[in-house]
Amino acid sequence: MQRTTLDLWVGIFVIIGIAALMILSLKVGNLNLSGSTQSYVITGNFENIGGLKVRAPVKSAGVVVGRVTNIQFSTQTYDAIVTMDMDSRFLFPKDTFASILTSGLLGEQYIGLSAGGEGVMLKEGDKIMKTNSAMVLEELIGRFLFDKASE
Amino acid sequence: MHVSKHIVSVIQNIGHRVIESVWRLGVGSRFFLLVLLKSGTSLRRFNLVIRELYFTGVLSLIIIVVSGLFVGMVLGLQGYETLQKYGSESAVGTLVALSLVRELGPVVAALLFASRAGSAITAEIGLMKATEQLAAMGLMAVDPVARVVAPRFWAGVISMPLLAAIFSVMGVLGGYLVTVVFIGVDQGTYWSQMQSAVDFRFDILNGFIKSCFFGVAIAAIAVFEGYDAPPTAEGVSGATTRTVVTSSLAILGLDFILTAFMFRGVS
Repeated sequence: MQRTTLDLWVGIFVIIGIAALMILSLKVGNLNLSGSTQSYVITGNFENIGGLKVRAPVKSAGVVVGRVTNIQFSTQTYDAIVTMDMDSRFLFPKDTFASILTSGLLGEQYIGLSAGGEGVMLKEGDKIMKTNSAMVLEELIGRFLFDKASE
Repeated sequence: MHVSKHIVSVIQNIGHRVIESVWRLGVGSRFFLLVLLKSGTSLRRFNLVIRELYFTGVLSLIIIVVSGLFVGMVLGLQGYETLQKYGSESAVGTLVALSLVRELGPVVAALLFASRAGSAITAEIGLMKATEQLAAMGLMAVDPVARVVAPRFWAGVISMPLLAAIFSVMGVLGGYLVTVVFIGVDQGTYWSQMQSAVDFRFDILNGFIKSCFFGVAIAAIAVFEGYDAPPTAEGVSGATTRTVVTSSLAILGLDFILTAFMFRGVS
């Protein structure tokens, strides 16, 4: 076969292959090409995180505004310290309320933020003071039974 | 007395086989290092690699594209059947994309590549050895490892990740075809569910790294078996079979090890 035809075919093959990689990254993986967006880190202490996992989304009004990057147990306060990486385009007031919610009945758990009314914003390294634990089904049923019994 | 003799011979047989395979592994690893050492020339004279890329990569395109499409279609169909029982047929895009990008893309593409291109490499090198072309090169002071083996090795290493990516994309399109076009799942849901579940770092990059490892394994096994083949018709056919069997086993074993390292502690 001619050298040039060979080169042409191999060129087409390599271009298709690289295009496939690009499609995988951009269309399937939804990679953001605008680079790593600026972010700031905040933490929050939760009494019970339920099934929350690292990489779970942080949402406000249903929009993803950050991700959970680390979950640790504190031996000082005996609760969970959740570290969140927040998109720096979105700033939240200091008295923002964070609660662990579930998407759908059996869906994954995420952190929902509802903004407070204070003028001072959360910044790098700050801690969310108002948190609400995950809903644990056993506790819920227990409380329901207790309420029924006391009626 | 007779029984104990028999037992001894059985144990001897086991020992012989183990020594033989360890010895072969050693020879193979040394050959692999030799190929790496001598690939300088073939990478400088890149035309040699391009010629081999045509035979291993371009000619494997058809089988990869068609199988990718059909694997994706079957995944879409089966996934839809199962997911709709739980009323979550919108997650079918996630199912198709995650299974393809993480596992099926790299592994099935590698298995196909081993049987399509790996066997061809082994047969070609083995036959060149059987017809004494390699020895003739040696007489002309042309190093057969640098001239024949290294270009084929690098062509295999380069084409494998590209073919795996093409396989995954075709699979995602196949799943789209069946679930969105034929069955009627909403197309926005198909893509958005997929995009929210597939992570670049953990899924796509890990799949890509996997396919690179598979490429190195297949290419190394194929060139070694060809170079090591007994110079007879029977020897070449045996070497070709061994390439396909060994590289398939190597792919599956490597896949387990890599998956255990990559996805441990994630999600």
